[in-house]
Amino acid sequence: MIRLERRPEPSRAWTIATPFVAVALTMLAGGLMFAVLGKDPVEAIRTIFWDPLFGDFASYSRPQLLVKAGPLILIAIGLSLGFRAGIWNIGAEGQYILGAIFAAATGLAFYPAESWLVFPAMILAGALGGILWAMIPALLKVRFGTNEVLVSLMLVYVAEALLASMALGLLRNPEGMGFPGSRNLAQYPSAANLDLIPGTGLHWGVALALIAVIVGQVVMTRHQLGFRVRLAGQSPRAAVFGGVNPGWLIVVCMGISGGLAGLAGMFEVAGPAGRLGIDFNVGYGFTAIIVAFLGRLNPIGILLAGLLMALTYIGGELAQLQMNLPLAAIQMFQGMLLFFLLAVDVLTAFRFRMGRRVVA
Amino acid sequence: MTTPLLELSGLTKAYPGVVANSEVSFDIARGEVHALLGENGAGKSTLVKTIYGLVQPDAGHMRLDGKPFAPTEPCAARASGVAMVFQHFSLFDAMSVAENVALGMEEPPALNRLAQQIREVSNAYGLPLDPDRIVGDLSAGERQRVEIVRCLLQEPRLLIMDEPTSVLTPQEVNILFETLRKLRAEGVSILYISHKLEEIRTICDSATILRHGRVVGKCDPKTTAARDMAEQMVGATLSTPSRASGRTGEVVLELSGLAAPAPRAFGTALRDIDLELRAGEVLGIGGVAGNGQDELAMALSGEMAVAPGMIRFKGREIGREGVTARRHMGLLCAPEERMGHAAAPDMSLTENALLTAGPREDLVRHGFLRWGRAKGFAERVIERFDVRTPGPGTAARALSGGNLQKFVIGREIMQRPEVLVVNQPTWGVDAAAAATIRQALLDLAEAGAALIVISQDLDELMEISDRFAALNGGTLSASRPAQGLGIDEIGMMLGGAHDMAPAHGEG
Repeated sequence: MIRLERRPEPSRAWTIATPFVAVALTMLAGGLMFAVLGKDPVEAIRTIFWDPLFGDFASYSRPQLLVKAGPLILIAIGLSLGFRAGIWNIGAEGQYILGAIFAAATGLAFYPAESWLVFPAMILAGALGGILWAMIPALLKVRFGTNEVLVSLMLVYVAEALLASMALGLLRNPEGMGFPGSRNLAQYPSAANLDLIPGTGLHWGVALALIAVIVGQVVMTRHQLGFRVRLAGQSPRAAVFGGVNPGWLIVVCMGISGGLAGLAGMFEVAGPAGRLGIDFNVGYGFTAIIVAFLGRLNPIGILLAGLLMALTYIGGELAQLQMNLPLAAIQMFQGMLLFFLLAVDVLTAFRFRMGRRVVA
Repeated sequence: MTTPLLELSGLTKAYPGVVANSEVSFDIARGEVHALLGENGAGKSTLVKTIYGLVQPDAGHMRLDGKPFAPTEPCAARASGVAMVFQHFSLFDAMSVAENVALGMEEPPALNRLAQQIREVSNAYGLPLDPDRIVGDLSAGERQRVEIVRCLLQEPRLLIMDEPTSVLTPQEVNILFETLRKLRAEGVSILYISHKLEEIRTICDSATILRHGRVVGKCDPKTTAARDMAEQMVGATLSTPSRASGRTGEVVLELSGLAAPAPRAFGTALRDIDLELRAGEVLGIGGVAGNGQDELAMALSGEMAVAPGMIRFKGREIGREGVTARRHMGLLCAPEERMGHAAAPDMSLTENALLTAGPREDLVRHGFLRWGRAKGFAERVIERFDVRTPGPGTAARALSGGNLQKFVIGREIMQRPEVLVVNQPTWGVDAAAAATIRQALLDLAEAGAALIVISQDLDELMEISDRFAALNGGTLSASRPAQGLGIDEIGMMLGGAHDMAPAHGEG
């Protein structure tokens, strides 16, 4: 009989190998699914993983890689901090929306004045919007012990309603002939978040995401905050004994993750998206949860996972266009990635043993 | 002479990297209380688990009643008349006594009939127990009764007891011993595992001593000195902790009217605790587990905030100060639970050094961790307290209980505290390591620190305390000089037998 046995210490090798094994298994199972759908599995996998980088239209899709990976990485870095401490902010999507609303409102308040102050003001406003939205579940949890998973998740839907109201009301483009959506911030020079190097997709948000990876790595390995986060996640009682104030940690972790999500929303609305429309959010806040876990809640891992996830997004779109794969199949493919990750993850803490059960 | 009840011959059991039992042979006669002695890691648990069917030996065999006996699982052992009371209870707090007993039975009778049986058996053996009470409300001593009654209902021929007195007051120990004597008179054999040599001398008829998995001696405990048995267990001569002077200085810690609600369900509220502690003094606090020890330690460490004036450190009100602020001042604490409280199991020893030593050992600067210094500090603790581990990079989980205890106590001692509060400093630690820890505590007091030692081991408290006080239901008795304090007086201070009057001799 095969059974699972707890390892005396978590396996370091498996911690690193898990994402790669999960990606390989996803390719296998996904390929099988594509085959069942009557598509050539090899071509489908190639379209998703290879063509966006080296295919015929790569010059268009390559910059998209950074544009999509930037917000995912930025949000995931913030989330990973809380996840490591056992604080489950599932509502990054809502914080992302609020960051975009705050930033767009700030930018539009100055329109059409030109000043170098507009962009920094929008950055601050974006971070503030995300932080404030995250403080709702944080403070409710600290004060009343509510479950942050539920509160933060439900606030996403509130945020979506707020977004719609803004796009249709207060922030609607007065010259938009009644169509929903704000003015295009990308066409307002003082507020536009343009590529730092034209044609690469490398905008300010992507640069900040890379900085966040480095800062995140330093905080987790060398700073007291990272130590406290890990401590609180592993043994809450020992953390309190070590001087960690659990309420303080909840506020800090939710604040950081909310702030980074808000920033991601700000850079998106001022750059790639340009306008604040009803359908402004496309699920970065939720996908970032997958990215955070795929990256093993480790900043470097998140960088790689964010790029991989962006690749499956772009490749998925490409496969939809070129191979007529249904959107649902692409989404299932992405879901498999998280599923296999969690399944293979068991092997870091456990190992398989063959043979008879021995009770120790 | 009749055949012994249980014969063990040549039992050997090896685990990867360690031989737990090596050719262990001895007999347990009918109607005797047989002591099994040994330090932690001597192989007592493995041996007992072999008898109880939890572990299968690699070699050797057992005979019960002269017939081959090789249980492959506990229910086979139970069917043959072997029962066991574990050191750690397996009871559900939210269920009644009768429901808990029923859970441990293969074919439990109807609950009201079982309740009747529990009353009968528990009264017959002098362990009165109300089957309808909720286990969460019972004292540790009463919980043990539940476990014992559960075994007695099976009418065992061999009863195995693992450290049964570690949770009992002296009076409760006497009640338990009466029960054991009654069982012995009925011909039941008892295998009795304990560290407490005086108890073994009181109750046991013969003793087998294990060291490193081997039988190193057999003796009659009634005629063998406790010290001789201890030295056989350790395989070396033991030194008794001692201190030179016992001078005391200024009052450093003052508790006045310390009160706090229970921090969690089934916790204990602290009520109106007054205390003065002087520099250089060791105050021993005794009491049965669950009478407020954890809560008092948490109030002192700063994990549980209380009103400012309830705790004074050198005249300063600190009731609201947090853990880190108190460490800065020199008020340190070592909690009872090693795994998950005093230490984070999955973190390395270096990281666990950082857990408490940051403020006083300058391991954090401008919020950044100084890993080099932390590692150095962890190495010094490991060296001075002889912590057996490959190095400071090892996860705390990988250390044995005793070794981790040496580390977490050593970690606090080496930070030169002005006041140190330790809860159960030598719990589960072998005799030699316990002596090291006690001596280190006394050295610390000698150097001018004030100590509060909370322990359930009265021998330990009597050995190292200047004054003794008892916790009972969240209140602290007035303290008395430890010198010359008799066991009966201590028992009275601990609150008698917690309303658990012995039924012996009454009916």
